[in-house]
Amino acid sequence: MQPTEAIGSRWLRSTTSIFLKDWHSELRTRYAISALVMFVVTTISVMLFAIGSEGAPPEVLAAMLWVVIFFGAMSGLSRTFVSEEERGTTMTLQLLAPPSAVLFGKLLFNLVLIIALNAFTVLLYSLFITGFVIKTLSIFSLTILLGSIGLAASSTIIAGIIAKANTKGTLYPVLSFPILLPLLLTVINATRLAAEGAFFEEAFGEFQILVSYIVVVVTVSYLVFDYIWKD
Amino acid sequence: MIFRIILGVWLTVVICLGLLLPIVPRPEFWYQFPIIPGLEEKARILFFHVPTAWLSVIAFISSMIYGIKYLRKRKLDDDIKSASAAGLGFMFCILATVTGAIWAKFSWGTYWNWDPRQTSIFVLLLIYGAYFALRSAVDIEEKRATLAAVYSIIAAVTMPFFMFIMPRILASLHPEPILNVQGKVQMNTTMLLVFLSSVAGFTGLYLWMWNLQVRIQQIELHSTRLQ
Repeated sequence: MQPTEAIGSRWLRSTTSIFLKDWHSELRTRYAISALVMFVVTTISVMLFAIGSEGAPPEVLAAMLWVVIFFGAMSGLSRTFVSEEERGTTMTLQLLAPPSAVLFGKLLFNLVLIIALNAFTVLLYSLFITGFVIKTLSIFSLTILLGSIGLAASSTIIAGIIAKANTKGTLYPVLSFPILLPLLLTVINATRLAAEGAFFEEAFGEFQILVSYIVVVVTVSYLVFDYIWKD
Repeated sequence: MIFRIILGVWLTVVICLGLLLPIVPRPEFWYQFPIIPGLEEKARILFFHVPTAWLSVIAFISSMIYGIKYLRKRKLDDDIKSASAAGLGFMFCILATVTGAIWAKFSWGTYWNWDPRQTSIFVLLLIYGAYFALRSAVDIEEKRATLAAVYSIIAAVTMPFFMFIMPRILASLHPEPILNVQGKVQMNTTMLLVFLSSVAGFTGLYLWMWNLQVRIQQIELHSTRLQ
């Protein structure tokens, strides 16, 4: 009989080593990072050309920020599981680590990736899109943080599903959009509140929805991941 | 056989009653419907639109339940039931969307205005679409069944969030003659009776079509295995 503490620390060790493995292989190839950076740069420049010198109302710009983030996430986050399938390393991972450790390791990696992506997007966005002004910074930063966690949570489990399908690239946004829509509507609403300069208390309902969304999606992912991971 | 005849007669009577009984300001006889403020003659859509919307949700839930059953027992029969329910649910979902949009044209002046109810049914349509896109992208039956079941579970747990999100964005104009804030039923007994018979009739139709679909697909499965 192993003491539970040993099992817990072993689980933690496999989770962090899966995260570190992905991290190192990402740093070696820079596949996801360069794809995401180029995606954000091209999307924002297309937006700049489209808006031109006319400018757009801040509410529209607040919503457009999340359009950039959503499609950016869709272009890069499926790599985590798809690359395992492509390189044929799924079996090794199945042997080496418990399914939940794989899920949370990948989730952690996607989370780091999307927080970096969002920081970069927000930086570029506020530098180049002049009409985009945030009046309540506390609402905005919490929205970006919670939105990133929610995006990472749903996109990780959907990536696990589509890694097993034949058409990996095109299916990803199709499957993710209905799942992510509650999150997107809420973060767009909260960003609009931040742009309008609302008080922090006014956005409290949005944060409640975001936190419960994250809890629900992570719990369900944990419960169903065994079924999709083991063939 | 006898079930089909009863169902046919039942639905014919319900449709005739729903379309033909007069709507008057103050019903005096048993066969008259009361006027519901804001709906008037357009209230008749209630007998067709509400059952289809109800079935698109019921079909989604039954598809998910059989999906869970498949994950537990790994029997392809459960996946067939799950997929057939989803197919019928997709059809009822389209019907509910279209009848609702036609009604909206005459009540609100436009087919589509992103009312919370319209947004929710649109998301349900998207989920059904994504579900079938996923199914068609996987070749191996067992794998397809597992992935589809998992996807329907994830979709089902995120759907309820719309109940909390949508009212924060836009107030609904959707009429609520049955379940409203005042808790008052605006229909009289006859109307309620016709309405409930319609829901029961359409549910019977759904169960019959589901049964047919399941049997057809079971035969298909066995014939492909024999070849």
